[in-house]
Formats: sequence, structure tokens, C-alpha cells
Amino acid sequence: MIRLHNVGKEYPRTGVALNHVTFQMKKGEFVFVTGPSGAGKSTVLRLIYMDEKPTHGEVRVSGLTSRTASRHEIAMLRRKLGIVFQDFRLLDDRTAEANVAFALEVTGTPRAAIPPKVNRALAQVGLASKATRYPKELSGGEQQRVAIARALVNDPFVVLADEPTGNLDERATRGIFQLLRDINATGTAVLMATHDLDLVRSTNARTLEMNHGRVVYDSSESVESVLELEE
Amino acid sequence: MRLALREAFAAFRRAPLLSALGVVTIAFSLFAFGLFALVALNIRSALVAVEERVEIRAFVAEGTSVEAVAAAMGDIGSFPEVAQVLYVTPEQALERARSELGEFADVFESAFLPASMDIRLRPGFRDPATVRGVASRLSTYEFVDDVRYGQEWVQKLYDLRTLATVTGMGLGVAFAAVAVIIIGATIRTAVLARSREIWIMRLVGATDWFIRAPFLIEGFMKGVLGGALALGLTWLAHRTISRNFIETVFFDTDVALLGVLVGALMGFLGSMFSVGRHLRQV
Repeated sequence: MIRLHNVGKEYPRTGVALNHVTFQMKKGEFVFVTGPSGAGKSTVLRLIYMDEKPTHGEVRVSGLTSRTASRHEIAMLRRKLGIVFQDFRLLDDRTAEANVAFALEVTGTPRAAIPPKVNRALAQVGLASKATRYPKELSGGEQQRVAIARALVNDPFVVLADEPTGNLDERATRGIFQLLRDINATGTAVLMATHDLDLVRSTNARTLEMNHGRVVYDSSESVESVLELEE
Repeated sequence: MRLALREAFAAFRRAPLLSALGVVTIAFSLFAFGLFALVALNIRSALVAVEERVEIRAFVAEGTSVEAVAAAMGDIGSFPEVAQVLYVTPEQALERARSELGEFADVFESAFLPASMDIRLRPGFRDPATVRGVASRLSTYEFVDDVRYGQEWVQKLYDLRTLATVTGMGLGVAFAAVAVIIIGATIRTAVLARSREIWIMRLVGATDWFIRAPFLIEGFMKGVLGGALALGLTWLAHRTISRNFIETVFFDTDVALLGVLVGALMGFLGSMFSVGRHLRQV
């Protein structure tokens, strides 16, 4: 489903961000990507939703390879991904339901099919009663739920969450994390980048630990085998 | 397409001030260009009116037979450069001289003026070289005593016309370039103001064309509105000048519509480049 093979990423100004990263993610899996700031967590996610291409190696997502992906193919791929960020990235001049509907409108969903899908997604994240509120009228946790509803509305096979709880208090963090667990329970894979180790320890989900642009630990296998793969 | 249209209209509703600013900026840059075009048009029409007075006069020797002159006139009338040949008798010449000189009319009380053939040239054949060529052909007729056409005046007029054309084109290109740059910058501001929206569209899988379409429609609409506003302002300027200073001519309907179309095209192309550039960066 998602496969990174010997991936490296370098930026002209800041240098090496990723080095020899290799891992696979299976359908329906829940995976944490942890590590300190600058470890390369966000870069891994950006490479998966193909906002950037690797300097070397290959990223393969749902059959699409980073080596040959065109802009159009990337757009089509993203319709099958749900992406969530720390800072929510909602449109402030639209209501919660309009923000969710936006993801359907701009991908050409027939008009009649939009309201039921939006209602279902908002209900799934527990915000059906606040559909007509604007982002500024919602708490941080609620805004993140709207962002998750937007990510879910196209029925993605994987949700990529980049520090989704980074801006939230502990209670809201627990709520969002539980929501992601519930989403995963319905069969949608979740790849969550976080540096919240308490959150990681609270479950037995697979964990990829990164440092200095490398995967230094994969809980699904021994460190040795990861290094072997790198060779 | 329906969504693109709806989004384009929504952009006007969501950011009315920025949209109005865009329209007004386009209108004023096209208005500056329109004013310049109006001045150029009026200079040109004034020069055309003066040019129409370019005339070659071939004086006919005394005692020339009417048949010989008539035959020559038929001949000259068939020159491709010639629009009209008129025979002026000595009496008509005297009458014309008196009326042209007004208070000095009595100078010609008992004078004798020679008969002449007055030749007017077609538009496009009034440059010094052509006038000189026709004049020298006329002087080959035996009965033609002298040929006059105000050589110096024709040359000056021609120089003035060339200068007006070159200056007009140069300034026109400069004004148009400034208009394009200002319109491009205005649309770029509108695109940047919605960069978050564009980014989210890309994130959820909108294709480039889908992202571009509302901006192109919006740019087109702003261009049409700005162009129409500029046309209205130019017309007002034309009316004000005509009423208070000097009678001026205005653009034909076709040219006026072309102006609005140019505005629309500028809005469309400005949007296309601005969004295209933005999309390459995100």
C-alpha cells in the first residue's frame, strides 16, 4: 500500500533531511512515526502525499511511484488520502460543513451526493450539531475534528496525520487520538507523526522512530533487520 | 464549470474590497491607455484632414487647346496615385485668388492668372516622394509651364506624421506594458490572498485545471468590468474636452468593444500566468 525504498531527501539550503529510509505500511495498519523535531517525520509524510519527490530512492503509494508520477496522477492519488495537520488548515470564511464539502466540490463530486457525505463525516467526528459554525467559533479540538472530517469525506484508504495533537490540550489530544483509533477500527490505515511519547506508549501500535533523517527503530521488526534492508 | 463560475462569483462576494480594487486598477490602467489612444486618434484624424489638402497644381501655357488639356486630364486621371483632376480656368483662378486673399483682393483687380490642372492624390500617395514623382510626370507635358505642390510643406507634413506615428506607437506600447504589469500585479495579489484555499484544493486532490478555472473566470470578469469602466471614463473625458475645449472624435463602436475585449483578455491572461506561477510553487 505504502512503500518507501532507500529514500533520501536533500534540500539545497538545509542539507540532508532523510537518508536511506525504507519501510512498508500495510492496509488498515496504525503506525506512529516518532522522533525529535527535525528528525524527518513531516518530510516522510510529504513524500507519501507526493508534495515533494525524493532525491533518491522510491516512494510507492497505492501503485503510484514517485519516479514517474505526474501532477494529474498525484491529484488523483490525493483523493484517496486523508491529510491532517497540526494547524488544522481550515478556511476561516466557511462553516464547518462548507469546509468539509469543499473537499468534495473541488474533486468534482455530483452536487446531490455532497450533503449526505458531509453529514456522515461530521457525525463520524462527533460534530453534527456544530455543522454551521465557523472555525473561529470552535475550540482547537473541534477544529481538528472538522479537519479530520474533511480528510475522511472522500473515504480514504489511509489518513496521514502530521502532529495532529500538537496544538491541543491533553483532553482534546486524547479525544483526537481516540477518534483516529476509531477511524482505524473501521479499516482505514492511519500514519500519525507525533513526538508525544505518552500517546505512543498508551497503545501497542507499530512505531517507527526517526532520528537525523533515519528510521532508527521499527517496532514491527528488529533494528538489525531495518539496517539490513538499508544495505 | 458550474462550480468554477460559482467560485468566481463567490470570490467577488467574499472579498468585495479586493475585487473592487482589482477592477478599479484595471479600469485606471486601461483608462490611461484609452486617453492616450484618444489623443493619438485625434492627432491622426487632424493630420489626415491636413493631408487631404495636399494638391499638385500644373499651370497650363496660354493658348493651349481645350482638346489637348482634356486628353491630358484623361491621361492623368488614370494615374494610380491620382484621385481627382480639376481644370481651373483663368477666371476661376482669379476668383479663387481673390477669395483666398480676402482684404488684399483688389491686388488682383486687373491681373491675369494662368489656367491650371489641380490634382488631388489618393490617401496613401501623399508622401513627398510620390508627390514629387507625379509632379515630374506632369512637367513632361509640353503645354505645362510650371508645376507647384508646396514641396517644403509636404515634406514637413510627412515628417510630422512619421514622428506622430513613431511616438504614438512607442508610447502606446509603453502604456500597454504598464497596464499589463499593473493588471498582472493586481491579479497576483488576489491569487496570493487565496493561497491557503489553493493549497487546500491541491491537498484534497483538485486538478490544476480545476484550481485555475475560477481564477480565469474571475480575471475575465474583472477585465470586462475594468474595460467597460475605462471605456466609460474615456468617453466622459472625450465629452468634457469636446464641450469645453476642442471638438474631438471618439472610437468607433468596433474599436470601443475591442478595448473592452482587450481588458477581458488582459484579466484572463494575467490570471493564467499568476495562478500558473503560483501552482508551480505550491
